[in-house]
Amino acid sequence: MLRGSMNALMSYLDPRVTVTPGQAGNELWALIYVFVIFAGVAVIVLCMNWIERKALAHFQIRLGPMRVGPHGLLQPIADAFKLMLKEDIVPDEADEVVFRFAPVIGLLAAFTVYIVIPFGPTQAVTDMNIGILFMLGVSSLGVLGIVTAGWASNSHYPLIGALRSSAQMVSYEVAMGMAVLSAILMTSMNAAGTGTLSMIGIVQAQQLQGIWFIFKFFPLGFIAFAIFAIAMVAETNRAPFDLPEAESELTAGFHTEYSGLRWSLFMLGEYAAMLAVSSIAVTLWLGGWMRPFPNLLQGPAWEFIFSLFPGLTFGALAAITFISAARMPSHAFFRIQRAGMAIFAALIGLLALLLLVIAVAGRANDASIAARFREGIDYVYWFMLKVAVFMYMFIWYRATWPRYRFDQLMKVGWKVMLPISLGVLILTAIVGVLLP
Amino acid sequence: MVPITTMHYLVVAAALFVLGVVGVLTRRNVVIILMSIELILNAVNLNLVAFSRTWGNLHGQLFAIFIVVDAAAEAAIGLGILIAFFRNKETINVDEIDLLKW
Amino acid sequence: MNPVLNAGAAPIATSFFFYFLAGAAILSGLLVITRRNAVHSALALIVTLLSVSGLYLMLYAPFVAGVQIIVYAGGIMVLFLFVIMLVNIERVSKERQFNRIWPVGLLASCALLAVFLAAFTKGKDLFHDRPITLPEDSNTQQVATMLYGEVVKTIQNPKGQYMIGQYTFAFEIASLLLLVAILGAVIMTKKKI
Repeated sequence: MLRGSMNALMSYLDPRVTVTPGQAGNELWALIYVFVIFAGVAVIVLCMNWIERKALAHFQIRLGPMRVGPHGLLQPIADAFKLMLKEDIVPDEADEVVFRFAPVIGLLAAFTVYIVIPFGPTQAVTDMNIGILFMLGVSSLGVLGIVTAGWASNSHYPLIGALRSSAQMVSYEVAMGMAVLSAILMTSMNAAGTGTLSMIGIVQAQQLQGIWFIFKFFPLGFIAFAIFAIAMVAETNRAPFDLPEAESELTAGFHTEYSGLRWSLFMLGEYAAMLAVSSIAVTLWLGGWMRPFPNLLQGPAWEFIFSLFPGLTFGALAAITFISAARMPSHAFFRIQRAGMAIFAALIGLLALLLLVIAVAGRANDASIAARFREGIDYVYWFMLKVAVFMYMFIWYRATWPRYRFDQLMKVGWKVMLPISLGVLILTAIVGVLLP
Repeated sequence: MVPITTMHYLVVAAALFVLGVVGVLTRRNVVIILMSIELILNAVNLNLVAFSRTWGNLHGQLFAIFIVVDAAAEAAIGLGILIAFFRNKETINVDEIDLLKW
Repeated sequence: MNPVLNAGAAPIATSFFFYFLAGAAILSGLLVITRRNAVHSALALIVTLLSVSGLYLMLYAPFVAGVQIIVYAGGIMVLFLFVIMLVNIERVSKERQFNRIWPVGLLASCALLAVFLAAFTKGKDLFHDRPITLPEDSNTQQVATMLYGEVVKTIQNPKGQYMIGQYTFAFEIASLLLLVAILGAVIMTKKKI
């Protein structure tokens, strides 16, 4: 059994492998990917919680959490403990089975999308031939979680919030689907005239056509991307489309009656859905795992420079952390926070050093272990960098824009987004046929 | 284990069909009757797709797609009729929806 | 435990998935028709739809599976849940849930089941499962071609000639049908016609 597992482990690291573990039937690596994605999403949600609170605070010219760890870095962990220790309240007349099951539905829908998201040409759990269809279908199952949560609470505010939220999600799903269709149409603008629905195929189509789809047929690709960007904010019930869960309007909407760990499941599902739709946007329009300027800045020198970016990014982060540790007041009360911050800076610095070593060791463009590690790390790094930009935009929107009223929201969804996305789809088809 | 043949899928489809028919014939709640009709349509779809695999062409799958489209339209209209009726009579029991004109 | 490096042809996994999905479909179908609470019925129907979609995937029909999840489970069931929440009144949950002539309905359904089983046993030879040489990768492109046609490029005609698909006409009629359904639903549920 051990030899069999070692075989399965090594078979994926073989340089001749050209498919994802799911396609190759390699269940062990597919399972490893699933675990890594699960752990990664959980860690990212924790980080997003901290970043959101600090960023919102700084947007509002205040400091945010500062006490729990150095600069509030341990605040999410304290929040997790608090939520786990809260009393588990189930409303009196509520439907118990459905009440307990509703957050799980939303969570399942958000996490299942990660099966098809590619972090590299062979780094995905699997590459379905109908990847986009699967993604659209599974994300439309998230509505059911919200509807059942609102119903099962047996109370007015959650029910109204749930109905509003699901009406909003269903409306913006249509515009989202049309925008996705425009991107899929662009994959067929090659010599053979055949497109593809698979996510890896879409990024490879961008690679072959030499242009990110956001810039293709300018401004059509950009308008399609903008529609998807707006629709994905509405899909995840984030500001400015967060009327159904706004605290000042509907007393927290569909998750009013949920407290403690159940509410944290909803929050986890919401952030996971944000990550998932950001990853979809990056894959469809922003070139997935490709580094910027793949054609303009070619050659081994530029490859080496761009492969230093992961190490340099973490090095910059380590430097910022170290400087903030040095700038802390040298009072006795801050000693432990200063020490903690310095240790954190040292850890990030070690990670940066490791990435730089891998980048330098694998700079040859051959099939050695170091080169393949470097390639894999580069793919994942560029993908996560673009997704991180999107996640920051989510927080930026929340800090900056006021909320849409519900009728304005529905009007925008049906009367503005749907006609524009239809127009973009038709124009993309026409331009694609007319241009050679 | 005996390998899975077309007959297995047909048996599953027949079971779903009969369950749907029982639902239509015995329940009083209109919404559940409509849901049983969806069960019947799904059973037919499964039958079509199983045969599409047996004979090796795609006509069964395409017909199944059209049935799904059809079921969507029919569910929308059926629920619209239900809501229009509910506004007038405040009931969703088929036993009480028995007057052509009142 | 032997890690199967070529999982496509493993028969044990296939029959496990088939029995699991078929059992889930039939069990939740039973739940649909026997639950008193309409929301529970709707949730059971969602489980049925997802299991049937899994069965489509096992029959190498990925496009139909995707359409089933998007349209049925993601669209129609949301519509059902909306309507249930609008019309589900307290009185309903305290009344009888089966009508008075339910034995007759059950008997008729048993007769129907007997007819099906007779047809299956007598016509067993018609349903033989000969080995099919279908391309086991996706047939989505072929489905799309049958639905809306393709542009055939030949040497004599390098620009290409548009050949209409077998089901293009039906596709257009289906879109008209959906338009009629939308109009009908909107008109019927307006407060003032």
